[in-house]
Amino acid sequence: MTQASEALLALSGVGKKFGGLVALADVSLHIRRGEIYGLIGPNGAGKTTLFNILTGLYQLDEGNFTFNGRVYSRCKAHVLAQAGIARTFQNIRLFANMSVLENVMVGRHLRTHAGIWGALTRNAAARAEEKAVLQRAGELLRYVGIASPHHTLAKNLSYGEQRRLEIARALATDPQLLALDEPAAGMNATETASLKILLQTIRASGVTVLLIEHDVKLILGLCDRVAVLDYGRKIAEGVPEEVRCNPAVVTAYLGTDDADAEDE
Amino acid sequence: MRNVLEQVLQCNKRNAWVAAAALALLLLVLPFATDTLLGRGWVRIVDFALLYIMLALGLNIVVGYAGLLDLGYIAFFAVGAYCYALLGSPLFGLHWPFWIVLPLGALLACFFGVLLGAPTLRLRGDYLAIVTLGFGEIIRIFLNNLNAPVNITNGPQGISLIDPIQIGGFSLGTAHELFGLVFPSVYLYYYLFLAIALLIIFASLRLQDSRIGRAWMAIREDEVAAHAMGINTRNVKLLAFAMGATFGGAAGGLFAGFQGFISPESFSLTESIMVVCMVVLGGMGNIGGVVLGGVLLVVLPEILRHGAGPAQQALFGKTVVDPESLRMLLFGLALILVMLWRPAGLWPSTQRQRELTSASAVRQQDAYDAGK
Repeated sequence: MTQASEALLALSGVGKKFGGLVALADVSLHIRRGEIYGLIGPNGAGKTTLFNILTGLYQLDEGNFTFNGRVYSRCKAHVLAQAGIARTFQNIRLFANMSVLENVMVGRHLRTHAGIWGALTRNAAARAEEKAVLQRAGELLRYVGIASPHHTLAKNLSYGEQRRLEIARALATDPQLLALDEPAAGMNATETASLKILLQTIRASGVTVLLIEHDVKLILGLCDRVAVLDYGRKIAEGVPEEVRCNPAVVTAYLGTDDADAEDE
Repeated sequence: MRNVLEQVLQCNKRNAWVAAAALALLLLVLPFATDTLLGRGWVRIVDFALLYIMLALGLNIVVGYAGLLDLGYIAFFAVGAYCYALLGSPLFGLHWPFWIVLPLGALLACFFGVLLGAPTLRLRGDYLAIVTLGFGEIIRIFLNNLNAPVNITNGPQGISLIDPIQIGGFSLGTAHELFGLVFPSVYLYYYLFLAIALLIIFASLRLQDSRIGRAWMAIREDEVAAHAMGINTRNVKLLAFAMGATFGGAAGGLFAGFQGFISPESFSLTESIMVVCMVVLGGMGNIGGVVLGGVLLVVLPEILRHGAGPAQQALFGKTVVDPESLRMLLFGLALILVMLWRPAGLWPSTQRQRELTSASAVRQQDAYDAGK
């Protein structure tokens, strides 16, 4: 049980500024191995900034974070992907003019090794690797439930399938932590329901999930714990039901009854 | 010829073999046919077309696969050519054999590719284009001025009397009689260039469909996403630059040996732009398209050069517009028309279409349609 409850990802005092704008200030949180952790907050609260720091697209200004017990602050994106953090993007960023299959195969890049020599000679090792990559990509496409032919260009997929393809591509990197940035955005109720089942399956397979989401029903039904960000600060953390009743959270989302209340 | 090549790519296996055999035969007799029908000068033009095809294929890796706009590509061609010329001409009295000098030139170009790429590849799009353009000019100006205080490149006068390519004791610079046929020098170069162009096509095809090729295309499509998926974008882009430069350097060495004379003038910005045009007009990322672009952009201006004067004589009784200016005029017009009507190039990547028409994909498509 100690193994299951240990912190996979631990942030302490993470801060990020863009010029004079404080995007994140003193954010500390722990994500335990094997849980589904929700990150919510009003628009502009700094959720995606936090994601970008965790996946190496931004470098943090203050604090640090550890993953699997190692400090990874200020590492580049590919190092963090190698370490086992994979992500999807809020505004889908697939390789639009590559096929569905190739998109997932790109995800295998960091777990494979064939270089120029292997590509030119197609020696036994390169062929075996290519075959394994192809097979794994096919498996992942079935796993996330993409019905379109594998040779369809990614840009021609339906919106829901594009979201799923991003998840498949992220899973292809063999992540320990899968960070999903609003995976249900723009989905209808049926698609959201099947996404929920997919995320539960992914968690059951041993991958920890970090989720940014606005769909409260999805968060409540899925997440083990939730943290709430507002103006770059963590204002609440806990099990979803508890967080929902937290007065600070209610204030952040709905505002206060009158302006004076803020001074109290 | 291009139709045959298209068939090779699109037909089923048996037809493909027939088409490939026909194409191979055509390529084998091409110098003889060209010589008989059009004259010796045209064989030389075909040789140049092959050199440009090599260049365009090299640039295609950088521009077409990895999506990095390089406007100074001709610099790598220059590095290869000067490496060959310096080690195989009376300038320093060095006459190293071709099989050492050519790979050396390619390697040196590769080194320059990395040298240029390492500090600049964090730039994107237009900014990278400007820096590479500057690099191309720097190399040309260096070559132009490295004749004082110590004469290295012979400056604007260029290097002449460069050794012809010699394989063993077999010099490609003179005519040879083989199997009862006379092979003049341009024929021999044709076969050498053809072999090397085919080798580069083969390498390009293999790279395209590999782990590295996919990483290049991922960077072209979305660099941020590629980086987040664990691709070391800096190294992979550097690899594209190095590969492109290597092919360019090899083509440069062949050019120096074939031409026998090089000067900085041959490596101007216009040449870089020509090669970019070949890639873009033909169809970025598609090898067939790039080859087509190379052939068209070498052969069409020649046709115009030879045809425009007599045509005007016949029509108006005198030469109204100088054929040379007319050539550039029509060339510009052709560029505009292609960009208007076929922005993806004359022969854009058909890989996807072929994948979709292949049997398994059709079955999948049917299953999918039936499910709907």
